[in-house]
Amino acid sequence: MTQREIRKVLIANRGEIANRIIWTCKEMGIKTVAVYSEADREALHVRFADEAICIGPPPSAQSYLNIPAIISAAEITNADAVHPGYGFLAESATFAKVCEDCNIKFIGPRPDVIAMMGDKVEARRTMKAAGVPILPGTTEPVQSADEVKELVNEIGFPVIIKAAAGGGGRGMRIVRKQEELETQLETAQAEALAAFKNGSVYVERYIERPRHIEIQILADEHGNCVSLGERECTIQRRHQKLLEEAPSPAISIELRDRMGAVAVKACKEIGYTNAGTFEFLLDEDGSFYFMEMNTRIQVEHPVTEMVTLADIVRNQIRIACGDDLQYKQSDVQIVGHSIECRINAEDPVKFTPSPGKITAFNIPGGPGVRVDTAAYPGYTVPPYYDSMIAKLIVHARTRELAIARMQRALDMMVVEGIKTTIPLHRKIMADEKFQRGEFSTKFMEEFNV
Amino acid sequence: MAENTASAKADKKPGGSQGSSESSFDMDELRELMQLVTEQGFTEFEFENENIRVRLSKAASYAPIPNAPAGISVSPQPQTGVPVQPEIPSPEADPDAGLYKITSPIVGTFYRSPGPDKDPYVKEGSKVTPESVVCIVEAMKLMNEIQAETSGEIVKVYVKDGEPVEFGQPLFGIKQ
Repeated sequence: MTQREIRKVLIANRGEIANRIIWTCKEMGIKTVAVYSEADREALHVRFADEAICIGPPPSAQSYLNIPAIISAAEITNADAVHPGYGFLAESATFAKVCEDCNIKFIGPRPDVIAMMGDKVEARRTMKAAGVPILPGTTEPVQSADEVKELVNEIGFPVIIKAAAGGGGRGMRIVRKQEELETQLETAQAEALAAFKNGSVYVERYIERPRHIEIQILADEHGNCVSLGERECTIQRRHQKLLEEAPSPAISIELRDRMGAVAVKACKEIGYTNAGTFEFLLDEDGSFYFMEMNTRIQVEHPVTEMVTLADIVRNQIRIACGDDLQYKQSDVQIVGHSIECRINAEDPVKFTPSPGKITAFNIPGGPGVRVDTAAYPGYTVPPYYDSMIAKLIVHARTRELAIARMQRALDMMVVEGIKTTIPLHRKIMADEKFQRGEFSTKFMEEFNV
Repeated sequence: MAENTASAKADKKPGGSQGSSESSFDMDELRELMQLVTEQGFTEFEFENENIRVRLSKAASYAPIPNAPAGISVSPQPQTGVPVQPEIPSPEADPDAGLYKITSPIVGTFYRSPGPDKDPYVKEGSKVTPESVVCIVEAMKLMNEIQAETSGEIVKVYVKDGEPVEFGQPLFGIKQ
């Protein structure tokens, strides 16, 4: 039983998540060290951390991704542990290993586990072996028409044929019926050959109108693991999540238990520790398939916190200390409904970035409203990093009440001086299909921005 | 809101910039300030004028680490795009205004000599050329030799031997 005391945490991140980590550390009586680039001198996390070290010029590569600078900052401040947040070095097995070598506790899973889940092909193979349903398909590219036909018989229709060497939607053909297979395959191979000089293709089951459902898990270093339920993340634009909710309107209690059990079993088999998220595609018939696993805390973790009353950051730190998990699966209750809207400094119609100085900033309050932000009146949003400036989160007894609460909160959130996606979120909240809970990942394509 | 705060401060300031005690602090003054704040039982103190902002924050169970940049945030005022009053540069604010500053290119620990019993690389009055090694900044057990990258005379040494330094922190002032 390795127990370690964590007295000081260095936060290897910036923006709202850095602030978020400081909240929990303060509540736990843990000292905090902020690191910042020259562009973040006036950042909120710098202000509220107990110590702050400038680690480099604005570009991420020279600051927030600069491993030697961050490790050095941990050394000169005698930090016991590093919390990597999300993005930046959160899923860098190298960084986790360097921390380990320098006797600094990385608040997350072990480097080998991070590496394994980071390799998409490896992750699929590992998950398959652990009994997690994966999207039926080829793991190796195929050339011959006969091979493809055989595979399709195994996989079942509809399938998608994708160029092995390609991307960007080219050389992709959806096949819904046996009769179409021959011609679509020939076309796909010809396109692939023309565009990428390589005619080999992958074949995968295609889900027409999928939902993106993810399961939050927590695992301690002693083999205990629980699922904290699902998050509904289907509303996306170009694979970027716009808003999330918990629980999902499409998930029954039975399905939640089943998906949770699959995720927990997989975690135990791979020896996963700390917080993590399994991302699944959910088909309309209720079948679900593994997409990938994120070996870190996620942007949308607050909706899970609101419905389970868990503090995920606190759990991460306690797990890193070697404590036992404080929950059994039967302790996990889902109470009410939570929605999170990501507020970005972007044009709400064109989605072009809108950095600049925030001249007015009013955070909505009242019951069931939580705002995770690093912005404040007079703050200048730097152009060097991602455009998210706040997460607006609501919690209420039912989904209907949560939507009404979010509408109210969006109306009363004032951000002037820059453009934000608040108007977009207002429109989505008012959308009939969204209110009925009927949507797939095609929602934003069909949405009138 | 930033504008209101700025104009309130400018009004309070009696007739423009005064002597150095109002526009900047040296380490001795800072220590006195810290002592005063502690004696009076304050947990937070903040002072700001157009040249400098000082914030002292005392947490209940905090054991200060000697020489660490801890608990004290001293920052020069950033250049904002919208000043309320035209900023009158005060010559006393930065007595080293004319000097070329060698700043640390990395985060680490500053050492003045190649080894514990050796002489410092440079001291006040030393003449340097661009290739002259002026100090070591140690990071992750690697001793990085920092070069002057300019010619001139060392006039100021800003950091004590063995103190931690951050990226961009001034180490030496050079008269070119």
